Amino acid sequence: MQLNIVEQDDIVKIEVQEERMDAHNSGDLKEQMLQLFDEGKCNLIIDLSAVRFVDSSGLGALVSGFKNASAREGSLKLCCLQPQVRSMFELTRLHRVFEIFTTAEEAMDSF
Amino acid sequence: MRNRKELRLNQIEVNITVPNQTKYLCMIGKIGESLAHTLNNYHGDREELAYHLNLVLTEALSNAICHANACDPTKEVRVSISASDKNLKICVFDQGKGFDIQHLAKMKVNETAEGGRGIQIIFKLMDRVEYLRKGSGNVLEMTKRLH
Repeated sequence: MQLNIVEQDDIVKIEVQEERMDAHNSGDLKEQMLQLFDEGKCNLIIDLSAVRFVDSSGLGALVSGFKNASAREGSLKLCCLQPQVRSMFELTRLHRVFEIFTTAEEAMDSF
Repeated sequence: MRNRKELRLNQIEVNITVPNQTKYLCMIGKIGESLAHTLNNYHGDREELAYHLNLVLTEALSNAICHANACDPTKEVRVSISASDKNLKICVFDQGKGFDIQHLAKMKVNETAEGGRGIQIIFKLMDRVEYLRKGSGNVLEMTKRLH
C-alpha cells in the first residue's frame, strides 16, 4: 500500500495513496500505524481523499489504529472521505466512533 | 427450437475462477461495478449499486480466501454472477470446511471490534443469503432483487 507520511509538531498525517483499502492491502496501514505507535507518535490523522473504496478489512485496520492510539492517550482522526466511503462508515455505524473532518486542516486544528 | 442453454435477452452470466489470493479482490470487485453500469432496464442508483456489488463481491471473496480456504495458496475460489431483468445472483464457491453463517450474521459486533463486519455487510446489502455444502466445498449464494 502506498502511504505518504507527513509530520507536523506531534501530529502525524498518513495520506493513503490508494483507490482501494481492502483485505489485500489494509494490513500495510495497520503495520505502519503500529510502527508510529512504537516510536511514541500517537496522534494520527488518516487522510482518505484518494480512497474510493473501503471494505470491512480496511475499516478494521482503522479501528485497530483508533484503539491503539486511544490506549496510548493519543487519538486517531479521519479526514477527506469520499461520499461512498463515508456511506460505509454509516452502514457499519463507525461514524459514531471516529472523529471525521472535511479537510486535513480542520482535523489538524482539532488537536 | 431455441437451444435451452441460450441466454435470454438481457440475461448476463459471468463465471470466473481465481487462485486463493487476495490480490484478485480488486479485479472481481470491478467486474461487479461494471455489471451495475451495464445492466439493462435498471432504474435505481447505478453508482450505489456498483459500490454495493463491488463490496459484496470483495467481502464474499475475501471470506472464502482468508477464512473458508484458510489462505491456502493451493486452493481456488470460483465466482458465478448471473443477472436478469429482475434478479442478480452471486455465488462464491470455496473448498473449505464451512462455517455457521447464521451465527455470524446474528452475532453482535462490538463498535470497536476489528473484525466480524464482512458477513453482516453482505446480509445488509443482499435480499437473500445462504451458505450451503456443495461437493467437497461450500457455496455462498447471494441474491438481490433489481426491481
